[in-house]
Amino acid sequence: MIKLGGTRVPMREQDPRERIKNFKSVPLGYNEEEVIQEAQRCIQCKGLPCETECPINMKILEMIREIANGNFKKAFFLVKEDNPIPAITGRVCPQESQCEGACPLSKRGHGINIGKLEAFVADWARKNKIKEEFHIKEKEEKVAVIGSGPAGISCAVDLRKFGFQVTMFEALHKAGGVLQYGIPAFRLPTEVVDYEIQYLNDIGVDIKLNFFVGQNIKFDELRREFDSIFIATGAGAPMFMNIPGENLKGVYSANEFLIRVNLMKAYKFLEYDTPIICSGTIGIIGAGNVAMDAARCALRLGVERVYVLYRRTKKESPARAEEIQHALEEGIILKELVAPKRLIGDGDGWLKETELYEMELGEPDKSGRPRPIKIEGSEFKIKVNTIVEALGSMPNRLFLSRTPELEVNKWGQINVDLNLRTNIEGVYAGGDAIRGNATVILALGDGRKAAESIRNYIRNKSRRNLVL
Amino acid sequence: MIHKIVSKKKLNHDTYKIEIKAAHVAERFRAGQFVIIRIHDKGERIPLTVSSTDSKKGTITLIFQVVGKTTFELSTLNAGDSILNCVGPLGNPTEIKLFGRVICIGGGTGIACIYPIVKALVEAGNKVISILGARTDRMLILESEIKEISSKTYISTDDGSKGHHGFVTDVLKIILKENHTAKTINRILVIGPPQMMKAAAEVTRPYQIKTIASLNTIMIDGTGMCGCCRTYVNGEMKLACIDGPEFDAHKVDFDSVISRLSMFRQKEVLAYKDFKKRMRLK
Repeated sequence: MIKLGGTRVPMREQDPRERIKNFKSVPLGYNEEEVIQEAQRCIQCKGLPCETECPINMKILEMIREIANGNFKKAFFLVKEDNPIPAITGRVCPQESQCEGACPLSKRGHGINIGKLEAFVADWARKNKIKEEFHIKEKEEKVAVIGSGPAGISCAVDLRKFGFQVTMFEALHKAGGVLQYGIPAFRLPTEVVDYEIQYLNDIGVDIKLNFFVGQNIKFDELRREFDSIFIATGAGAPMFMNIPGENLKGVYSANEFLIRVNLMKAYKFLEYDTPIICSGTIGIIGAGNVAMDAARCALRLGVERVYVLYRRTKKESPARAEEIQHALEEGIILKELVAPKRLIGDGDGWLKETELYEMELGEPDKSGRPRPIKIEGSEFKIKVNTIVEALGSMPNRLFLSRTPELEVNKWGQINVDLNLRTNIEGVYAGGDAIRGNATVILALGDGRKAAESIRNYIRNKSRRNLVL
Repeated sequence: MIHKIVSKKKLNHDTYKIEIKAAHVAERFRAGQFVIIRIHDKGERIPLTVSSTDSKKGTITLIFQVVGKTTFELSTLNAGDSILNCVGPLGNPTEIKLFGRVICIGGGTGIACIYPIVKALVEAGNKVISILGARTDRMLILESEIKEISSKTYISTDDGSKGHHGFVTDVLKIILKENHTAKTINRILVIGPPQMMKAAAEVTRPYQIKTIASLNTIMIDGTGMCGCCRTYVNGEMKLACIDGPEFDAHKVDFDSVISRLSMFRQKEVLAYKDFKKRMRLK
C-alpha cells in the first residue's frame, strides 16, 4: 500500500555502545523494502523544492520515483547523470540545509531521507557491479588535474567523458583527498572511497601519486606539458589558535589527528606503524564536522571522556545534524560558550590542562551567526590530556607561494570568474581552493563546471589554430 | 610506484646506506632537501636525508640510523627488495652562494645530510671548514668524502677514540677563538641531534655569525597539511616541512623541538619491541 507523507522509515544504525568500539559505518543503510517504502512517501511536489535547493540541482524527484517503483538501476543512472559520486554525497552532504530541508514533509520533522536514498542506489549499483557505461571518443589534448579530492574527481570523470587525456596529481600516497585522510570510515566507509578511485582508473584517468605540484614537480612543467589545468588543491593547511602552549605534547591539529587515524590507520597501531597518543580526557576545539569526526575517532581510540569545546552553542554549529546527534548518542560532552585562553603543560612538556574563557553571544557577525564574546574574569581550568584543534583549514600556502603568478584573495583562495577561469590562460580552479572550507557537493559542482569550461577552452583554441 | 633497492651497505653497527631507484628525486634534488618514505602498505611515513644522488642511474642514496621499528625494518631489506613510496624532494634547498669561509658541522647521521651541502658550497667557490662528530671512532661516517673536499676537517668523538675527545661544539669554540678566525667566518651550518644544534647556536651567538640549523622533526605528509612538525622560530609558528627544514639557529626554540620529538617515544619503543618479537617468531 502506498502511503504518502507519513513518518520517515527509521534508519537502522549500530548501537552507540557497540559502535564506539569500531570504525564501521554507523548507519546500516536501507534495505530494498525500506528504501521503496521511504521513496513512496514522497508527495511529488510540482515546485521541486528539493532539486532547487540542491547545489548541483540533481534530478531528485525522478530518482525518488524510480526508487519507489523498484527501478534501482534506472535511479542509479539518473543520479549519475548529475553526480559522479552519489555514494559519497549521500553520506556527507548537509541534507538538512539542502534538499531535505526544502522538503515540505520536513516541517513535521519527517522530510524524505534523500541522502540515504541516494547512498542506497549507489551502494546497490556497487554491490551489483552495475557501472555507468559510456563510449569515450579519444582526443589528443591533455589536461592536468591537481588534487584528487571531490572537485578533482568530478572534473576528471567529465574530462574523460569528453575524451581528453587526463592526468591527476596527488601529493599523498593515496588518492581521494579529504575523503581519504579527513572523513573517518564510520561516516564514509573506506571501500566506498576506494571504489570511486578504482572507477577513475577504470575509465583511464592516469593518477600520479606522491606528486606535490609546486614542490617536487613545477607548475610550469605542467603548463608546458598540458593543454589545460584544473587546480583542485583544496584547503588542507591547518589553522592554529595562536595561544600559549600549542607546542606541548598532546596537542594536535585536527588534520594531524585525522590523518593519523584515517589515512595512516593509527587505530590499528602495531598492525600499522603510525602511532597516536590519546587517552584520559580529550578536548576538541570547534564544533564543525571535522570536530565531530575527531571527537568520535577519539572515543573509538578508547579515551575516557571527550569534551567538544565550542565558543557558540549547538544551534550555531556548522556540523551536519546527523553528526551532532550521533556524537551526542555516543557520549560526547558538548561544552557550549567556552574558548581556550591557553594550554598548560606539566613541566615535562606534556599537556596537563587548559584554561578557558566563558563566552556570551552578541550581535550577528559576517557569518550571520551571533558573535561570541569573551567574558573577562570568567577564566576556569579543566584537566585534559589531549587537545585537538578543529578550527577550519586554509589553502596550502606552499602551492601558492610556488605559483606567484596565480591571483588569490587575502585568504589565499584562488580568484576565478563565473566559468572558474583563473587569471592564467587555460588554468581553472574549483572546490575548497577557491571557497575555503566548503562542502563536497559544491566542490563536485565546481569540478563539473570546470570540465565544461575546459572543453570550451580547448575547442576554441583548436578553432583559433585552424583559422591561423 | 615501487622503488627498488639497488645496493645496501652497513656503515657501522646501527647505520646503513641504501641506494634506491627514484629517478624523479635524483633529477630534482638539491642539497638540504629530504624525502619521505614508506616501506609498505602498513608502514608509517618517515622523513630521511638524501646524502647523494646519481641522476644518470636515477638513484638516490639514503643514510639512516636504526632508531625504531621503521628504520630497523628498512635495515633488514637488501638489494633487490623495494620500498613502496618515496616522495620528494621535499623542503627548501640550502641557500648556496659564495659566502667566503663557511663552517659545516655534522653530528651522527647529520653528517649524511651535511655532505651534499659541503659539496654544493665548495662548488660555489666557498672555503669550507668541516667539523664532524660521533659517539665513537667507528660510528663516524663519510669522513674521507668530506675531508677530500673541505679545506680543513676536524673530528671529535665523545669517547676520544678519534680526534678531539669531546663534542663538536668544543672544536667550534676553539676554532672561533684562535687568531680571530671568527671574523673571517661568513656562515655556519649545523646538522645533527637537536641538543647539539642548540649548543652550537649558543657558541656562535656571541660572534653574531649567521648560523643555520636543519630540523629533523616528526613529519607525516611533509606538505604542510598535518602541522606536526610545527616549531617556533623567533616566536612565530613555522612548519619544518615547507618553511624549513633549515632555519636561523639563533631564533629556533630548540627546547620545544627536543620536547616534541619525544612525543611518541613510548609507542615507538612498543612498536620496535613488537616487531622484533614477530621477527623472532618467523
